[in-house]
Amino acid sequence: MSVDEKTVRRIAHLARIAVADEDVAPLQGELNAILAFVEQLNEVDVEGVQPMTSVTPMTMKKRVDTVTEGGRAADIVANAPETEDNYFLVPKVVE
Amino acid sequence: MGGPAGSGMTALNELTLAEARDGLSAKRFSAREITQAHIDALEKARVLNAYLVETPDRALKMAEVSDEKIAKGEARPLEGLPLGIKDLFCTQGVHTTAGSKILEGFEPHYESNVSAQLWRDGAVMLGKLNLDEFAMGSSNETSAYGSVISPWRRNGSDAKLVPGGSSGGSSAAVAAHLCLGATATDTGGSIRQPAAFTGTVGIKPTYGRCSRWGIVAYASSLDQAGPIARTTRDCAILLGSMAGHDPRDTTSVDLPVPNFEAAVSRGVKGLTIGIPREYRVDGMSPEILKLWDQGAEWLKAAGATVKEISLPHTKYALPAYYIVAPAEASSNLARYDGVRYGLRVPGKDIAGMYENTRAAGFGREVKRRIMIGTYVLSAGYYDAYYVRAQRIRTLIKRDFEEAYASGVDAILTPATPSAAFGIGEKASADPVEMYLNDVFTVTVNMAGLPGISVPAGLDAQGLPLGLQLIGRPFDEETLFAASQVIEESAGRVSLPKAWWA
Repeated sequence: MSVDEKTVRRIAHLARIAVADEDVAPLQGELNAILAFVEQLNEVDVEGVQPMTSVTPMTMKKRVDTVTEGGRAADIVANAPETEDNYFLVPKVVE
Repeated sequence: MGGPAGSGMTALNELTLAEARDGLSAKRFSAREITQAHIDALEKARVLNAYLVETPDRALKMAEVSDEKIAKGEARPLEGLPLGIKDLFCTQGVHTTAGSKILEGFEPHYESNVSAQLWRDGAVMLGKLNLDEFAMGSSNETSAYGSVISPWRRNGSDAKLVPGGSSGGSSAAVAAHLCLGATATDTGGSIRQPAAFTGTVGIKPTYGRCSRWGIVAYASSLDQAGPIARTTRDCAILLGSMAGHDPRDTTSVDLPVPNFEAAVSRGVKGLTIGIPREYRVDGMSPEILKLWDQGAEWLKAAGATVKEISLPHTKYALPAYYIVAPAEASSNLARYDGVRYGLRVPGKDIAGMYENTRAAGFGREVKRRIMIGTYVLSAGYYDAYYVRAQRIRTLIKRDFEEAYASGVDAILTPATPSAAFGIGEKASADPVEMYLNDVFTVTVNMAGLPGISVPAGLDAQGLPLGLQLIGRPFDEETLFAASQVIEESAGRVSLPKAWWA
């Protein structure tokens, strides 16, 4: 399989990465090189093989449902580009 | 360089970590002296671009505490030993970038589990080490903060070589004596390939051995932390402090941490070492083939049995990795949206802000991997790519399980298909050419196994080559034992003289 220009633009939008017009063709070439490389996986007979979900057999640990940490709002917003009163500020979403 | 301060002819930063530990406990020099020797060395080595951040004031304060502990007879396991930290580990109050512009200015308000355990054990932090952006690369050339230059050069040449990647700052700093050891991470070979390129030792432990808490995520089912150092023993000492259960990482295993250092001198008598025939790939350099045979001979001479084995799905590991890892990366890197940390570039609306921020903040390789990952997870392609790759991953793991069930204790392979290459030499339009560097290491991540890379000799151009040993799950001890045999048989590599200073 390979991707066309339209698909490159669609993936870029899904990934929320702005792509300039002049970058579409080079990206298409690079993505298609990777897709051509992974094409060989179609040679493998995977009938009846379970997809891996955990590389080390383990039961998912569950922690006790209690507060472990808290009251650190100032730490959490400390690296944000824009904040107000310990809230993250984003551009207006709803008119 | 720091004065010898009673340690004979060797400068303090040129000691091994074990020698430095023993020298400190015998009070032949102080933690302050050995820390200052490193600070002086790294200031003269800035041309290598190994450190993104130097923290000399913090280092000297930590060394002062270490000297007090040593004086009181309360030395901890890594007391006073200066280390470098890959800039993928979050360090409280110290700039952490993952090699990306998108995290420029980020100062974590928390400490990664692995680095916290190093400080708990008395180690001294020298600074943060350069890496490929978000650990995506095999040459350190994708760092937004410039390439790292290897301390190694080809015979009679001053062409700049790569130190490998993604832990290129770690491998270069260890090889150039700019720290006694360094933290690193390995998703497809990012500890073992740079170690092989720089004549250093690097171990990727079993998945789950070290906590991933506080390490910037690339591909969570593959990422593992481990050390790079100048000897097998030094790696064993460091891993002993880095490993251990952490309830904050649900994939961190609740197993006791063995005495890794004790395993170093165990020998390989009675062990069976497998040689996988599928690693004999077309076009492999005769020098590497010869070294691989030599490695098997050394292990045999030390009492191991060597037998050929088959790992039939080996060739599919790299293409399967380039589906699984980008898929996980596309999900993990969704968090860089200009809201909670790092860069924000305004847009016409919130989606425009996301798109502009990510376009400006991510480099080319990272964008490529996010986009491939987005594609293979998108509606209509998920089964054909992602699920198929995960099935193949099951087969890759099964190959190893069958080899181990047949009585093999560890597997010997080359670490890389070639020695280090020059900066810019692989900048072709086809990204796959660079990906092929990880062809021998990536199988280990796909199967969650431990793997160690140990220097085994030099090529005709005078560059180091490494061998890899792959172990059973949670049997790093056998790897340390076998690695030590190779290290002793090959003789310690003499690291480059400081042409940069």
